Amino acid sequence: MGSGHAHRLYLPGGSPVHRLPAQCKLLAVVGFALVVVATPRERLWAFAAYALLLAGVAAAARIPPAFVPRRMVVELPFMLFAFLIPVIGLGERTVVLGVSLSVPGLWAAWNILAKATLGVVASILLAATTEPRAVLLGAQRLRVPGLLVQIAMFMLRYLDVIMDEMRRMRIARESRGFQARDLRHLPVIARSAGALFIRSYERGERVHLAMLSRGYSGQMPIIDDISATAAQWAVALALPAAALAVLGLSL
Amino acid sequence: MLNSLEVSRLAYAYPDGTQALFGVDLTIGRGERVALLGPNGAGKTTLVMHLNGILTAGHGTVTVAGTPVRRDTLKEIRQRVGLVFQDPDDQLFMPTVRDDVAFGPANSGLRGEELEAVVKSALERVGMLEAADRPPHHLSFGQRRRVAVATVLAMEPEILVLDEPSSNLDPAARRELAEILRSLDVTVLMVTHDLPYALELCERSLILSDGVIAADGPTRDLLADAELLARHRLELPYGFAIPAAQERG
Repeated sequence: MGSGHAHRLYLPGGSPVHRLPAQCKLLAVVGFALVVVATPRERLWAFAAYALLLAGVAAAARIPPAFVPRRMVVELPFMLFAFLIPVIGLGERTVVLGVSLSVPGLWAAWNILAKATLGVVASILLAATTEPRAVLLGAQRLRVPGLLVQIAMFMLRYLDVIMDEMRRMRIARESRGFQARDLRHLPVIARSAGALFIRSYERGERVHLAMLSRGYSGQMPIIDDISATAAQWAVALALPAAALAVLGLSL
Repeated sequence: MLNSLEVSRLAYAYPDGTQALFGVDLTIGRGERVALLGPNGAGKTTLVMHLNGILTAGHGTVTVAGTPVRRDTLKEIRQRVGLVFQDPDDQLFMPTVRDDVAFGPANSGLRGEELEAVVKSALERVGMLEAADRPPHHLSFGQRRRVAVATVLAMEPEILVLDEPSSNLDPAARRELAEILRSLDVTVLMVTHDLPYALELCERSLILSDGVIAADGPTRDLLADAELLARHRLELPYGFAIPAAQERG
């Protein structure tokens, strides 16, 4: 319960980007990511142009500059991996700051970093301007398999409930004098995790009964039918279209 | 006039062979508010699961407003029997209150303005309209239970079945829920072992004990019979005396 009222990734607002239907934004992000991935890594200026496009979107959505970098930590493991490649890579080598690095490795690292960063920033912009629930409704409208949408929806709904249950179990352990300090305490934690799994599984069964009781027959009913106009599609798809134009020019 | 609910000689054994119900007979007329009392393990929840066909009778029949509960009538039955579960987190599974209340009616095909009107009226009846756009996990427990009642009211059920409606509520939330339940113009079956709550809300009570209906009569009379209560592991809370005159109808 104690969680904040807005989702961490979502930045409430009324900008034109916020107002676009989720399905348009989703498709725009996927399209943009595909163009980015298809760009040859040597076309350095194309990547700069892509970054500019995203900066434009962020400005239109009135997202403060500090908002995006803080949410990019999710990329960190990939970055670490990318930094390793030039060190352990084979082939022609060059010396940077006294360290011998592989040239193909550097290119590979750049490739991963540039493309992953652009993709992550595009997703952050999507999440910042679209409520999680709307993203799922958009996915449903784009004919993403219903089962996947439902799984994501239930995760969104029950994550807090399960975290709360986990917290209560931890408090119960600690109030009986247990503190996880080293590896020997692992079995206790593992048993708690098992108990949490069983509880969540049983809750799942009860939720399913509640759904059946209200006429669920395998499909989520579409409650708000937010259809997008041609103009909205055009606005949203301007992003991947512009990226595609950049790609075309760079080839 | 048809009765809202008729249960006749209902028996049920769980797949592992445990017999939970041994021939339950009960009838609830339209507009009645009835409490189903019984100790833990009496078979209350098992009985409730039969009322909307989640469990199917081993023997005997359940009839809701003239429609028997059978495999081919399930869809209709589930619309007519509104089950409110004990834990509102089990019942409220959609991202917002509005979506949750809309879930049932949308499943039966309502869309657009019609759907919006049904949702609004159901939330109004439980006094939760202003919470429509909030996610359920940001509401207090009492508010969540009221929304759970709204999700079921939105289906315009023939009978509202509440499983332990007063559990985990603080005194104010408990009173608010009682006021809401009293204001509803719908048949109610309330499963509980909260005897004062039954007395407050229901004129008639049934005692389910060891899988059969052991007593059926005015709540006031049943609760006054200390020996009957003791026989079925029921007792009034300490210091509770049945008020002399019933000031509420």
